[in-house]
Amino acid sequence: MRKILIVVERARGALDETAFEMLSAARGLGEITVAAVLMGEDLGEPAAELARWFDEVHTFDDPRLGQPDGDFQARLLAPFVRREQPLVTLVPHTNTGMELAPMLAARVDAPLIADAVTLEVAGDGVRAVRTVLAGKVQASVSATGGPCGVLLTVRPGAFTLPDVPPEAAGTVHAEAIPDDPAPRRRFVETVAPDPGAVDISQAEVLVAVGRGIEDEENLDEVRSLAEAMGAELACTRPVVDKKWLEKSRQVGTSGVTVKPRVYLALGISGSFQHMGGIKGGPFIAAINKDPAAPIFDVADVGVVGDILDLVPLLEKKIRGRKA
Amino acid sequence: MLDRSGAETYLVAATYGPLTLGLTMTPAPAEQTYLGLPGPALQLVLLLLALSAFGYILWKRIRLLRQAAPDPRLDRVSARLGKLLVVGFGQSRQPRYPVAGVLHILIFVGFLILSVRSFTLLGEGFRAGFSDIGAGYATVKDVTALVVLLACVVAAVRRLIFRPARYRDRYARTPHAHEAYIILGLIALLMVADALYEGSAMVLATLAGGGADSSASAATPSGSVFLPLASMATWLLGDGSAAALGVVHLSAFWAHNVALLFFLCYLPVSKHFHVITALPNVFHASLAAGGRVKPPRHDQPDLDELEELGVGKLEDFTWKHILDFYSCTDCGRCSDHCPAYLTGTPLSPRMISIKCRDEAYAHFPILGQDVPPDARSELVGDTIADEELWACTTCGACEEACPVLIEYVDKIVDMRRFLVDEGRVPPSLQKPMADLEKRGNPYGKPARKRADWILNGDGAGSGAGLAGIGPEGEDGEGAGCGVRPLQPGDEAEILFFTDSCAAFDPRLQATAQAFGRVLAAVGEDVGTLGVDEVDSGHEARRMGEEGLFEALRDQNLEALEDRTFDRVVTTDPHAFNALRHDYGLEQPVRHHSQLLAELVRNGRLSLRDADDDRVYTFHDPCYLGRHNGEYDAPREVLNGLGVRTVEMERSRNRSFCCGGGSLYLFYEGESETRMGEARLEMAEEAGADVVVTACPFCLINLEDALKTTGREGRMEVVDLAELVERFLA
Amino acid sequence: MEIIVCIKRVPDVSEIEVELDRERRSIVATDLDYDVNEWDNFAIEAAVRLKETRGARVTAMTVGDEDSEEVLRRALAMGADDAVHLMDPEFEGSDAWGIATILHHAIADRPHDLVLTGAISADQARGQVGGMLAAMLDIPMIALATDLSVEDGTATVRHEVEGGLERVEQVDLPALLTVQTGMNEPRYVSIRGIRKVARTEIPVLTAAELGLDPATIGAGAVRVSEEGLSLPTRGEGAEILSGNDDEVIAGLVERLHQQGGF
Repeated sequence: MRKILIVVERARGALDETAFEMLSAARGLGEITVAAVLMGEDLGEPAAELARWFDEVHTFDDPRLGQPDGDFQARLLAPFVRREQPLVTLVPHTNTGMELAPMLAARVDAPLIADAVTLEVAGDGVRAVRTVLAGKVQASVSATGGPCGVLLTVRPGAFTLPDVPPEAAGTVHAEAIPDDPAPRRRFVETVAPDPGAVDISQAEVLVAVGRGIEDEENLDEVRSLAEAMGAELACTRPVVDKKWLEKSRQVGTSGVTVKPRVYLALGISGSFQHMGGIKGGPFIAAINKDPAAPIFDVADVGVVGDILDLVPLLEKKIRGRKA
Repeated sequence: MLDRSGAETYLVAATYGPLTLGLTMTPAPAEQTYLGLPGPALQLVLLLLALSAFGYILWKRIRLLRQAAPDPRLDRVSARLGKLLVVGFGQSRQPRYPVAGVLHILIFVGFLILSVRSFTLLGEGFRAGFSDIGAGYATVKDVTALVVLLACVVAAVRRLIFRPARYRDRYARTPHAHEAYIILGLIALLMVADALYEGSAMVLATLAGGGADSSASAATPSGSVFLPLASMATWLLGDGSAAALGVVHLSAFWAHNVALLFFLCYLPVSKHFHVITALPNVFHASLAAGGRVKPPRHDQPDLDELEELGVGKLEDFTWKHILDFYSCTDCGRCSDHCPAYLTGTPLSPRMISIKCRDEAYAHFPILGQDVPPDARSELVGDTIADEELWACTTCGACEEACPVLIEYVDKIVDMRRFLVDEGRVPPSLQKPMADLEKRGNPYGKPARKRADWILNGDGAGSGAGLAGIGPEGEDGEGAGCGVRPLQPGDEAEILFFTDSCAAFDPRLQATAQAFGRVLAAVGEDVGTLGVDEVDSGHEARRMGEEGLFEALRDQNLEALEDRTFDRVVTTDPHAFNALRHDYGLEQPVRHHSQLLAELVRNGRLSLRDADDDRVYTFHDPCYLGRHNGEYDAPREVLNGLGVRTVEMERSRNRSFCCGGGSLYLFYEGESETRMGEARLEMAEEAGADVVVTACPFCLINLEDALKTTGREGRMEVVDLAELVERFLA
Repeated sequence: MEIIVCIKRVPDVSEIEVELDRERRSIVATDLDYDVNEWDNFAIEAAVRLKETRGARVTAMTVGDEDSEEVLRRALAMGADDAVHLMDPEFEGSDAWGIATILHHAIADRPHDLVLTGAISADQARGQVGGMLAAMLDIPMIALATDLSVEDGTATVRHEVEGGLERVEQVDLPALLTVQTGMNEPRYVSIRGIRKVARTEIPVLTAAELGLDPATIGAGAVRVSEEGLSLPTRGEGAEILSGNDDEVIAGLVERLHQQGGF
């Protein structure tokens, strides 16, 4: 029986949710061995945790893997994948995953499907849906792999977390790490982005606030909502003019052009100048007091009401849902 | 009035014959010897020294002019002379600032009158009696000298004590204020020296006992002349001995002449070069209609043939623009009217002149070698920051305020051309400019949708389809809002040039539709270029992207040529300006306010009674008013509607820019306040409830300001066409 | 230093309502405007800045049809020294693997100290070509670079990593970097600038000239095949949720979740 390999990432020491989302996707494919691949340093604990969920856990435990380095990871994993001959290898479509997957695919001579949002087995290969053309079109793609199967990077959040408790009793395999290959990149430092220089242009999810916020103090509620959603906070020009938020958060023709997947517009009327800064046809949800606000012409879903009442409720429900 | 001592002599000026010191007679400067040097020889030496220094300095200054770009400024001499008469000698720009203006006019007129005196006193150094040219002039010049002296004192006091804010520029780096005091001091010195020279002679004449004796010249035919300033000097000198008075007399004479010659040489090294250059600068001022921008080079119309485009170093300016720099007096009137400066952007038009002149003086020094361009810091980038240049909305308020007709917009456009050629365009402008190129509009909307606004204007879905404007188009007659897109070969009486803003911005579509419905109501036959129209390119040109402008213009000209029409009309003053000045159309180009005024004048609009007690004010769009001189048409329409109106203080040619059109809606610059907000403030101060404008961008900017300043509900901003439609019976 | 920048001409669909053809295999191409891929534009700027600050020879390269020449001209106008157009009917329909293979053949035999690509392309958004090309060239790679300097044969690179953080790393040249938007402020390319390079010779290299086996590239050799396209369903105007506050917010949460809003 061929395996599915799942590359597990860790964020600040904790196992990344993508590991379990991909596990859901893999379990959905039927009876198949699902193996986690964990690279890093001091992997005892996380490996034990993964063993509760996965059939196999392969660890690459080495100080040189302390910092994520897709280049090194790809060269390290290539012989492993050749040995394991998986049907599918799933890599999260994260920044490191975007380094690892194409380099690994080229090294093991396997097809690679990027940023998949669905996954199914089709014959000897797999089929998946991915979005192209700034999210405006969905493409159904398929690939049939050779001995090393097919690689996919999977969009974080595309699959739900498993709804059953862990029941696997996975085996943990510590993989030997040869001296060659050696890392070719040298870590210098990690920098936290300057909070003033926030870049909303790359944000996937934006919570944007307009004049309906009425008062600077009310921004805290919205900030807290954005945090709950894992979204960046954005705004319209009047909010910047009042110096309640930084210019770098202003969406519009005289501000930043954004291309999020989801845009939640709070108390924004939807002026031409503001909407001109939103590209890529995101899903737009709007809350506005005025049922005639132009934002409702372009939004996908709308709620007529006062954001000051509704935002705290929304945050509560979202936090509840996530928990 | 001055005969405190009752002596007639105090009012007497005379010329004093060949007398020698030691006698109670007045010494003639020309007849003395100074360290063995005869008076005329001394005068000659001084004069030659001064003239050669002056000539050398001037030559140095002119060197830069000769290296600068060509600019044909000698055409239409009569028009130039007219301008010289009105703006130069007539000082017509001065009274906008009453105190400073009047002081300047006094000093200027005084300068003209006293220049004769200065000249004759130089002659007096060669030949005694040269300066006697009549009692009439003696009185005039003495009264003038008194007035000028007083004006200098008032001006100095004003600068020292009252310190008008205008004189301090927040971006000033090099101090030039001291130059004002030096010049005021020099002028005062000239007046005082002359007074002492005359006064000492008067007292000496009295001591001689004869007063107006036989040696008295023709200057005193009646025996006495009214000389108020000189008489005042006699109060100071009245008790002096004859010897002392003689020394005073001679010292004052030479002090006057040395000061005069120093003054001459000081002018071209200070900001007071304008004393020499202002009149030529006015004579050579641009006669081009406002709203026009100069071509990149006057000697090369083909952009592709140019090595570099625009102005990146001093020599790239035209000689006239360098002369502008020489002529700037640092008075600050430009920046005092500049909306960009007043709202806290990095731009101060005055500093463009001052900094460029500082650079010119530094790199073309009086002493030493000229500094070659590659050994200087960058003029555009270091001396003048990119952000200064992008902050200009080309509203033209600075040029309207300048007393010596210095041009700013052309210079800024020229420097932007350089930036564009270098690729130094702010990120916020790059996308709309690229969209102008690719799709003919700065919003990035599909060109195919350019005529869709017409359909939207027909109300709820009743619009018949229009052929050729997209998939919605079906065969059918009639169109939304009475306007039809013309296919090549079609005819209409009026061609409505929509421009990108009205074609794509839903708020401005409403204005265009309202205008269309007003024209439909009077039965006008109106067509547009449909999807063949592209942006007028007005702002692209003024942003310095000349190549893009040319491409857009050529596309529009082709579309216009393919259609037959009697005249062109547009709701956008920018498009109006472009079509009128940049396109060279045969057909007349009208702004919609002009067309509406025509309809009001001819009684073709049937209007209902104005049942409106709100107060209206008209905000003059820069490119309608200042750049095209149309102030009356919109006001005529308002009067025709019968609404109560009020004028803002800054109205007509002093209008305050709303923040700029077209590409300015995209520009993201630093400022303290928004121009639109400042403008609404002014409208409210004037007591207006409704601000009427006749420009789509004024509408957008001012409506935006309504929201951001919380004036929604209290005040309203409306376009003239929309207003007229409301009043249709 | 030899810098090679791989760029691509892509359609801009940001303001377009995309329609699919009858077979649902491709989008209807009416009024599509094309331009250089946004990410690639930052890559060109990064290369030209290195050239200006420390000296380098910059070569822009693209795989594409005749129309793709415009993005090469644009790169030349920005300051690239050379452009290479990889064009052959055999290339058409290549997937990421195919494009990486073509680029590999074009780059392997010429000097390359630094290879830059955009992190992803606006049309396909795969983000694969850079990594595959690096593996084929067997040079180290760093993705999503946001800052770059080069000294003594070593590149110091800041790049985006998870959690909104950035990491600074060093890598010896030759190396490949994929460039994230915002790395710099790309210069404007004026109409005149384009016209100035209108007559610059741009060599075209075909499959044969690159020594490429046609069986390894083009539509016939794709490893990932596109089976069909579909449009996400979307109604006209907003669906206005009704009910009491609790109900509408519950509805909103549901829809936000479906769309991956949290």
